Amino acid sequence: MPKRATSIVLGATAVLVPLLVAMKSVVATVPDSQAFGQIERGRYLAIAADCVACHTVLDVGKPFAGGRPIETPFGNIVTPNITPDRDTGIGAWTDEQFDNAVRRGIRPNGERLYPAMPFTAYTKMSREDVLAIRAYLKTVAPVHNQVVTNTLPFPFNIRAAMRVWNALYFTEGEFKPDPQRSAEWNRGAFLVQGPGHCAACHTPKSFLGGDKTSEYLRGSYLQGWFAPNITNDARTGLGHWSATDVATYLKTGHNRATAATGPMAEAVKYSTSQMTDSDLAAIATYLKSMPGQQDNPTPVRADDPSMVAGQAIYRDQCSACHSLDGRGVPQLFPSLADSSIARSSDPTTSIRIILRGARSVATAAEPTAPGMPSFAWQLDDAQVAAVVTYIRNAWGSAAAPVSARDVNSTRLDLKGRTD
Amino acid sequence: MAHKLPKKDVVIIGLGWTGSIMAHELTDEGLDVIAIERGPWRDAPTQYPPNYAQDELRYRIRHELFLRPEQTTFTFRNKMDQTALPIRTWGSFMPPNGVGGGGVHWNAETWRFLPSDFVLKTHLTQRYGASFLPEGMTIQDWGVTYDDLEPHYDTFEYLCGTSGTAGNLRGKIQEGGNPFEGPRSRPYPTPAQAQPFSHTLFGKAARELGYKPFPQPSGNLSKAYTNPLGVRLGPCTYCGFCEWFGCGNYSKASPQTTILPVLVRKSNFTARDNSEVTRINTDRSGKRATGVTFIDTAGEEWEQPADLVILSAFTVFNVQLLLLSKIGEPYDPVANKGVIGRNFTHQTISTANGFFDNKKFNFNPFIASGSIGMCIDEFNGDNFDHGPHGFVGGGYVGQVQTNGRPIQTTPVPPGTPTWGAAWKAAVRDNYLSSVVPGTGVHGSFYSYRDVYLDLDPTYRDRFGRPLMRITMDFHDNEIKQNAFLTDRFAEIIKAMGANQVAKVYRKAPYDATQYQTTHVCGGAIMGADRPTSAVNRYLQCWDVPNLFVTGASAYPQNAGYNPTGTLCALAYWSAAAIRNQYLKNPGPLVDA
Repeated sequence: MPKRATSIVLGATAVLVPLLVAMKSVVATVPDSQAFGQIERGRYLAIAADCVACHTVLDVGKPFAGGRPIETPFGNIVTPNITPDRDTGIGAWTDEQFDNAVRRGIRPNGERLYPAMPFTAYTKMSREDVLAIRAYLKTVAPVHNQVVTNTLPFPFNIRAAMRVWNALYFTEGEFKPDPQRSAEWNRGAFLVQGPGHCAACHTPKSFLGGDKTSEYLRGSYLQGWFAPNITNDARTGLGHWSATDVATYLKTGHNRATAATGPMAEAVKYSTSQMTDSDLAAIATYLKSMPGQQDNPTPVRADDPSMVAGQAIYRDQCSACHSLDGRGVPQLFPSLADSSIARSSDPTTSIRIILRGARSVATAAEPTAPGMPSFAWQLDDAQVAAVVTYIRNAWGSAAAPVSARDVNSTRLDLKGRTD
Repeated sequence: MAHKLPKKDVVIIGLGWTGSIMAHELTDEGLDVIAIERGPWRDAPTQYPPNYAQDELRYRIRHELFLRPEQTTFTFRNKMDQTALPIRTWGSFMPPNGVGGGGVHWNAETWRFLPSDFVLKTHLTQRYGASFLPEGMTIQDWGVTYDDLEPHYDTFEYLCGTSGTAGNLRGKIQEGGNPFEGPRSRPYPTPAQAQPFSHTLFGKAARELGYKPFPQPSGNLSKAYTNPLGVRLGPCTYCGFCEWFGCGNYSKASPQTTILPVLVRKSNFTARDNSEVTRINTDRSGKRATGVTFIDTAGEEWEQPADLVILSAFTVFNVQLLLLSKIGEPYDPVANKGVIGRNFTHQTISTANGFFDNKKFNFNPFIASGSIGMCIDEFNGDNFDHGPHGFVGGGYVGQVQTNGRPIQTTPVPPGTPTWGAAWKAAVRDNYLSSVVPGTGVHGSFYSYRDVYLDLDPTYRDRFGRPLMRITMDFHDNEIKQNAFLTDRFAEIIKAMGANQVAKVYRKAPYDATQYQTTHVCGGAIMGADRPTSAVNRYLQCWDVPNLFVTGASAYPQNAGYNPTGTLCALAYWSAAAIRNQYLKNPGPLVDA
């Protein structure tokens, strides 16, 4: 009996060994989507990629069920349901289809995605990264929610046009580390260029909505805001922030100089505040390495009528919180003297915050979430222009003056906005 | 039939200071808490932003942040043999409404009571004999001591970032602070506010007269502060729009600027605004609360079951809800029995206005804050020998002028015509050179058998419930106290260099139309003995042990200080008892 048993074992081994070898190679390329490590990695990447913010109607309690309209210069695109629901979500997709959508912008039926889905950035992730996100998304509650995603007007509703767009603006390919740079810099570069898709908001766009790569991260208008320059530019970027200032801002939504509001408040809430300190330090290192421009605009003279009026309005209306010296209160009232947003080439954000007010983000580390009231009812276009011109040129700063016409166009634009 | 909601661990009635403190403490304990607030949500950038928070007409004259009398009001009379009539516009005190409660519109004067205030009856009887107390005075000990509350005063002050100068640090008297205060374990979290000219001058005059002046402890902060919960407050700008107003720039301690940002992030906390609790429900035994019933703005009635009920509404509404819910024995002043409604008190306020030479003095009175001021405490509580004076009680006095707001700051010397060109000229000549302390004499109001709350027999609210009836008058003891304090105060104003001092004594009868602070206290008082108190030393209802009643309704009598510091310390004290004792063994914490 013992002998026979041995031969069975041997026989089984003869069959099993090649099988195990074959399985091992499969394991190497398709990790177990049920494994804790895989799901956890995917959860973290989904946070870094901020999937939830676009793919969720916020505060309704159905994460990833889609349905949120994303404003583009060409019209609104409604985000699809990416829960594992088989009928209306992505439950029936293969991993290949998911990877194609995320990293190549190709839908399962072969049509092209619009770049409101930042596949142009996500292409920097590896297939393993994307499959980890997929593994995580399989664990969220499936929601039956049919979404009509393409709500663009003619001719932009013709997805085939995206083939041309991709040829112009899309470079497929994983992130390639720069061996000349530190591991931290490369991690930051990967996060910023890849999952973080910072350029989607912070890089200026061509008339077709493609990145102007020569102006990478130098600030861009979108959705009624100007997403500021986040290169190391001393005047309009992060030049006067330390790497710690950058990381603190991303972690808490606030730092000694400023506070996150608007779309960035959302990015902090759902994404950066939940990232690890080492990743935020890496992002800071990378952004601080982006060279700024060396422009030196002439400041508006202090005796210019708009500066005189602006200073009077500032003292009367702004200084109680932002203080006479423009420095505010660290972590509470932004320092306008240190504000690169205030000096941005496009003053939309400053004008908008004055007209509509703004609520800063609340995070676990900084729960206060101070708000700025609306002054639209109180200051006319010329007065807003004067005070914006003043804060752009006071305290040793310099930036082009703002006109009442600029304020008026923002005021008109805000009329149509509910956010 | 009321719609029945899923049961919670705790329901809190009223989301003001003590409701917020209780909610924070009990959610920290892991309990699932809902707070139900009669008024709206309130928030600086939307409800009182800095670009119109300083609107005297809107907030001071038209009472925007307060309860509307058409929603509910009180009836008032001085004497038991009179017929009470409804108050149709607020006068002597201002019932708060909305999230943050009185914490939104207070001046933020953040005092501690004296150690002797908590054992008042025992202390006065020992020092002067029982016969020294006037007949009908019903003062009693609190059942809790200063030492019990000291750590909780400290917690509240550090929550708020209170600005002040310590006078007694762990028993050691400190120069520049109040030497009469009880020992404090730590200095104030932030230094005292800078004092404007007239306040500084008062301090100097008081010092020269031999007193020990000190800056009033202030919840309007001298500098930016981050509290232990991580919530940040900004520095006060001395705009002079505090009491009656919300602070637009995050520099006045309020639930909004200290607790709520943390509370609203907690998954075990829910708030319901614009919902009025109409009764506390009890089981058939009447000894256990089962939750509350409330009505929303659509008129729909809801039942919120809960294991623990915290009643933290405004003083008078705490008492009303107990009476309407038939919890505890209603007070009967004739039989001198019962407790709910007993020992209702207020404050004894007066002032002395000083008129100075406008060529020599420019006080810029608009530079101020709600709790600015230099005070002396020589005449508070029992800090002086009352034997020769024939009264008990006292108060702090000080130049605590909070503002120079344009509509109401029109001081003119006595004898000026009340209208016309001469009045206008006098206003112009005196605006910058007058000292108008407002609540300069901040006297105690002790309790009496015939000053109380009960349900009105005639007038009803929109739900058909009886209104609360206030029966209140000043007694000779308080009038004597006030005359003595006002005279001492006027001496200091005179010593500042005033040409003329106009004393404005408080006189009987109590006038419900004249503002005298919002410090109404008592009616559901705490104590060591069940027959003479509604709640025990932990603010736990004697009759219904799973009901705790917070706020100034617990004060057996009112001391010569602003009440908020003490009522918040009591809330922390009560919360600690719930966390450390009650939850382990739910039941009475004191054997009756």
